Amino acid sequence: MSLLSSVCLAPALLVVALSVTAARAADAPNVPDTLKQRIAACTACHGEHGEGTPETGFFPRLAGKPAGYLARQIRNFQDGLRKYAPMEYTVRGLSPEYMHEIAGYFAAQQVPYQRSPLPRVTDAILKRGEVLATQGDPAHKVPACAACHGEHLTGVEPDIPGLVGLPYDYISAQLGAWRTHTRAMVAPDCMATIAGRLSEADITAVSAWLAAHDVPANIHAQPAGSVTPPLACGVLQAKEATR
Amino acid sequence: MKWLLRGFFALLVVAIAVVAWWLFARHHAAIPPAQTTAAKLQDPALIARGAYLATVGDCAACHTAQGGKPYAGGRALPTPFGQVPAPNLTPDDATGLGQWSFDAFWRALHEGVGRDGHALYPAFPYTSYTKVSREDAFALFAYLKTLPPVRNQTGAPSLRFPYDLRAGLATWRTLYFRPGEFVPDPKQSAEWNRGAYLVQGLGHCNECHVARDNLGGLPSNETLTGGQIPAQNWYAPDLSTHAHGGLEGWSTDDIVTLLRTGQSRKGAAFGPMADVVMQSTQHMHEDDLRAIAVYLQSLPPRPAPAPGGSQVDATARLDRGADLYDRQCASCHGKDGQGVTNVYPPLAGNSSVTEPTGINAIRIVLLGGFAPTTAAHPRPYSMPPFAQQLSDGDVAAVVSYIRHAWSNNAAPVTERDVAAYRHTPVE
Repeated sequence: MSLLSSVCLAPALLVVALSVTAARAADAPNVPDTLKQRIAACTACHGEHGEGTPETGFFPRLAGKPAGYLARQIRNFQDGLRKYAPMEYTVRGLSPEYMHEIAGYFAAQQVPYQRSPLPRVTDAILKRGEVLATQGDPAHKVPACAACHGEHLTGVEPDIPGLVGLPYDYISAQLGAWRTHTRAMVAPDCMATIAGRLSEADITAVSAWLAAHDVPANIHAQPAGSVTPPLACGVLQAKEATR
Repeated sequence: MKWLLRGFFALLVVAIAVVAWWLFARHHAAIPPAQTTAAKLQDPALIARGAYLATVGDCAACHTAQGGKPYAGGRALPTPFGQVPAPNLTPDDATGLGQWSFDAFWRALHEGVGRDGHALYPAFPYTSYTKVSREDAFALFAYLKTLPPVRNQTGAPSLRFPYDLRAGLATWRTLYFRPGEFVPDPKQSAEWNRGAYLVQGLGHCNECHVARDNLGGLPSNETLTGGQIPAQNWYAPDLSTHAHGGLEGWSTDDIVTLLRTGQSRKGAAFGPMADVVMQSTQHMHEDDLRAIAVYLQSLPPRPAPAPGGSQVDATARLDRGADLYDRQCASCHGKDGQGVTNVYPPLAGNSSVTEPTGINAIRIVLLGGFAPTTAAHPRPYSMPPFAQQLSDGDVAAVVSYIRHAWSNNAAPVTERDVAAYRHTPVE
């Protein structure tokens, strides 16, 4: 090839190269540099705003739950205290910092609560559920839900989740999981103690009442330190254990 | 007549096992407890080197239970023969290495024999660790002795008959194990030799990256040619960078970048390799990573895969897959399958997509997940799991499509393949 033709060809090649690059750029996906984009693995099931699937109760709502509580759940899945293989797999590599950032994202989401299907239960059962939630059952050493989860059952910052607005299936499944040791917390595990003292009928009753209970206008968790837990509870006394 | 022959054969196998066991026992006595901690073990530089080597060997990955104290053992390692709990490596007298002398530790690493003289199960990769030098073993031992002792009795393996008979191990060793040492190749550079030493020894790469036979033995005539990891159901790809290799076209930099950051322009680590990157390779020195890459570059080209695969016409499946790809995958991985560097891995020319079994692509589509969290990528992007959204037929279609699209040319997968791995327990 002569020098002249090389010189002529060079700009032409450059143009071709540039247009290929341009085509490639147009073809390449445009990826937003946002946390929401990064956590597609979470939002695919829990919803873009952590709304969960209230219709089925299968994927729990994360929106508006206290950040400390959410981060702790991720950690508990990593440590095998909570058992659910797809969650254990998904969160296994997250660093504590990333975990807290993700927890903060869902804690900050404001999504209206949605009614989920209720089981058919008698008024007497609902009444029993109300008693358990608001007064407890001293004969069986079961404290009221409200003793820890807040006067209006909307939770307490930063570690105690709200109980109102949750689906019946979700609440009863969690209490069941504490009894079968597929959900646990750092010792002493107060919720395991309480779930162990509840009969199956009581679990149905309290889950049904909580699911049927009207969500209060102010759904925010109570401020930190506003409750005095009646039971020893590892998660409330100890700061998150450092490994 | 047939049963007589069978009986005779069985008797012969038992006789061989007994002889092998007797020979083994005669040569491996218990080593008495360590009396004192040698002063030499206290050298801070030695201990620091041991800590680094423990990271290179990724010892903590197996020797730490989920949510457990580091190195305190108890994680049940799944094998096709049952579960083997990893022992406690902390210097606890009753349940750990407290009473172990260096000679006992060296024999375990080099020969796969416990302090009490029993053969160890090869879930402990002494088939690779036998190449670790005595100096490196000493540094490792010094480091392990500095760990806070944790009392944790890890229990006995729960293996199916006849694999629970330790006598069988003597036979296994006769078939598959020779104590060895790493012999440098004087024709190669110091860097290559360092890489070979790390890959073949502490790195124990070949324990996953080669196909094992039915008895869990490693082939003697090939290394790093890729294989399905038994009981975990991931496919560890071939590591050759040349023609038909699993890393075909990967440069030295690409390999170093993947090991250091969890991603490269050619692909991303996932499944068990994501753990390896997060816990081990991202913490390794750059020159060691480069040495590993240089060594891997020297693996030979592989034979072209046999043509064929499925004889059925997969056109309909591929069309359905192409349609699903456009709707569900292209917004991240691109219409051209090139992905986005450091965000979403390319699918074109990616051996995780085209590996022989299709397991990796099937499971990733079902499970989704985050890219490894590393110092380079502290907030990695992630892929949504599609297990809830896509039927077995949909997953088979889209996986078949990505295995066939662009420059890829791997056999399609079937609905039955997807069903087989949909409920695989996550290890």
